[in-house]
Amino acid sequence: MKFALFLGCNIPIRLKQYETSSRAVLEALGVNLFDIADFNCCGYPLRNVDLKAFVLSAARNLALAEKQNLDLLVLCQCGYGTFRMAAHLMKEDAGLREEVNGILAKEGLRYGGDLQIKHLFTVLSKDIGVETIRGKITSPYRGLRIATHYGCHALRPSNIVQFDDPFAPSLFDRLVEVTGAESVDWPARLDCCGAPLLETNDELSFDLTQKKLDDAKKAGAHYMATGCSFCQIQFDAIQKRIASERGTNNQLPAILYPQLLGLCMGIDKGVLGLEKHQIDITGIVSYLVAPQPVESA
Amino acid sequence: MIYSIFLYTALAVFAIGMVYRVSGWFQYKIGPASEGIPTSRRISAAARGITATLFSGKIRTLLGVFFTDVLWQRWLLKEDFLRWLAHMCMYGGFVLLLLMHGLDKLVTAVLFDNYYPTLNPFVFLRDFFGLVVIAGLALAVFRRYFLKAPRPKSTGVDAYAIVILAVIMISGVLLEGTKIVSHSRYQEMVEEYSGLGEDETADLKALEAYWVDKFGVVSPSVKGPFDKKTLEAGKALHNMSCESCHSRPQWGFMGYTVAKVVKPVALPLDRANVPVLFWYLHFMACFVGLAYLPFSKFFHIFATPVYLMVDAVMKESESDPANLATLEAMQLDACTHCGQCTIRCSVAVAFYEIANPNILPSEKLAAFRTILSGRGLSKRPLTAIQEGSHICTDCGRCTDVCPIGINLEGLWFNLNRRLAEVGYPKPEAWARKAMAAEYDPAKMQEKPLSLTPADRGFAGGLTGSAQANTFSVCFGCQTCTNVCPVVGMYENPKEILGLLPHEIMHALALKQKALALGSTMLWDCVTCYMCQEHCPQGVRVTDVIYELKNQALKHLKQRAA
Repeated sequence: MKFALFLGCNIPIRLKQYETSSRAVLEALGVNLFDIADFNCCGYPLRNVDLKAFVLSAARNLALAEKQNLDLLVLCQCGYGTFRMAAHLMKEDAGLREEVNGILAKEGLRYGGDLQIKHLFTVLSKDIGVETIRGKITSPYRGLRIATHYGCHALRPSNIVQFDDPFAPSLFDRLVEVTGAESVDWPARLDCCGAPLLETNDELSFDLTQKKLDDAKKAGAHYMATGCSFCQIQFDAIQKRIASERGTNNQLPAILYPQLLGLCMGIDKGVLGLEKHQIDITGIVSYLVAPQPVESA
Repeated sequence: MIYSIFLYTALAVFAIGMVYRVSGWFQYKIGPASEGIPTSRRISAAARGITATLFSGKIRTLLGVFFTDVLWQRWLLKEDFLRWLAHMCMYGGFVLLLLMHGLDKLVTAVLFDNYYPTLNPFVFLRDFFGLVVIAGLALAVFRRYFLKAPRPKSTGVDAYAIVILAVIMISGVLLEGTKIVSHSRYQEMVEEYSGLGEDETADLKALEAYWVDKFGVVSPSVKGPFDKKTLEAGKALHNMSCESCHSRPQWGFMGYTVAKVVKPVALPLDRANVPVLFWYLHFMACFVGLAYLPFSKFFHIFATPVYLMVDAVMKESESDPANLATLEAMQLDACTHCGQCTIRCSVAVAFYEIANPNILPSEKLAAFRTILSGRGLSKRPLTAIQEGSHICTDCGRCTDVCPIGINLEGLWFNLNRRLAEVGYPKPEAWARKAMAAEYDPAKMQEKPLSLTPADRGFAGGLTGSAQANTFSVCFGCQTCTNVCPVVGMYENPKEILGLLPHEIMHALALKQKALALGSTMLWDCVTCYMCQEHCPQGVRVTDVIYELKNQALKHLKQRAA
């Protein structure tokens, strides 16, 4: 199994641990990852500004992966949604695709529409399978309660992103439960994290984040689990900022799913980047049945 | 006389320009920490800092940086070999030419007792260094304009640099070539140095024959082939009067090639005084280059090494904040406009669709410099910088690849901060207010709405994508509004958001673009697609909202223009 790994703009600079933990987990599960240094912005932030620039930006990345004859594995859910949407728009509108390809031709690229676009969770649950993952778990969690944050752009619009049932999704919960943790049921789990409004309307962005955090906390979660760079930053760095700006002190730490999984597969804590969060998550190791078997080298 | 006037004028302009440019380093305020530190304090801090550094162990660091980074340019070598090679050829060749040839009276003549520009090895070296520069120029032109360079990053400043260098080099070669064949030049030399009188015709002829034969002079009267005896007589005279300061012109291989080429037309060229023309062209080009240097891309010859060395001996935690502010300002001039940042920029691809050069980091930097220089910018360029600057995703790649290590990310952060201060924040936040003010729904509610749309252009609906037109099947069930997490945040959402999602769809169905565009809801939409997912009619509510945002931003851009 081999994919072109798409990291996007956020992960390499603000969320390196998402990359290192994903690489470690995928390697342990026998997935080969190919890096394309020439990848650019997925296009997501451009959608507000100019639809065509958004499609073009996404298409260039898709064309680069196609050139390598590889399917695309995306870590960020906003990036995943963006690629799916752009591919859909170009499939729907041949004129748009030709226009985009006309521009890509200047760089010797062409988007044909043949590659598959997959999110990390899709690869884990469908290509690899929960049972395979179960076989790799050396020390499951006990008594750990996780709130799964699904992420809007992976889930909706469902006809285009084709990720899971948009009203009652279960893919992420199954991935969490295979680690031995309990996935709590919480009303706001399908809601937005608040990240898209940062810098446009910070107050509203913070309110939305706070609402989700309160809700997850009320449902008894110990940690929030995410699979998107924007959501993770919102629940980590921005949660910390909210706490300091608003004087709240009711934190719910957020963990990236590959970190959660990697720990119970016995992957080194340092590789998973547990200590790289703004809000400490290192305490999660205490929920492992056998305390971390592999210590930092 | 003319030469001196031009030389001193050029030097004066150069000196004033340098003072002007360097003064910017002590004036520009980039980071928040630089606010409140006056220029005088920055200058005195710099003087103290320089003195302290020169008399400390840091002098070794400075020397190290000077050799590895300034002279050898290892950062460029690491980034791109071809680029390094081109740059080394141009800068190395030019510096050597300048020292040996341009400043010969000050340098070469002092170092070598028997220096004459017409003697070897100087004849050969001059052409050799010139060839090295020309080769570098050719490589640079090839790289910039012919090799895969998908993103337009070469601008007038780059073209000027290449053109002025090329003019200096080529005029020099042409000057040398036409001088070799020039008979009048030969005559002047004979009169001055041979010691032969006008009546010594046989000797004069013999010497001229020798020079026509061996030195490429084209004479109107003396033409070959010559017999051995004449040449021997000529050689004897040559050895006596000329040899001590004249090597064979073949050593100046480029000039000699030109001499060979122009040989058939050498006499008319000489009569038309063409060598003098080339001489003017050559020194004028040099003086223009010198005078304009502080204002051109060539200012980096000075600014970049200074920045590299200063940066190497400063530490954010230890250095005087006044000096850190100066270092920060120096970054803008240290940029060589090499374009590496733009090549690797994550959002540069958007430039194909949104023709705003401020998207590209190499151009955005120049825009930042213009803002800081205090030249009042009008609404239009500021709107363009605002758009370009906020398309950036802060991915930090530009900083990673900058060959001289400019903290570009830091500059962008401060550029955005400054733009926000003068009323140009993130376009979405800006549009949220500007659009609501322009299309205030509260005011519109008092006016009767016309059912025949005033805006014909919009009557056709939303044109950006097929799915945006789905608003027309909305039957007003309000599901979208009921599931909207943003609407759910407020007691009285209409007060805050203007039109709610179902109302936006309804306004569009009534072709009331103004109502839809003025709704704050557009900008407070989190794009969670909850509305679209739940719509029983398949209206692409979120996609419609996206499209409206595109139109609003485009509208604001046009309004600024």
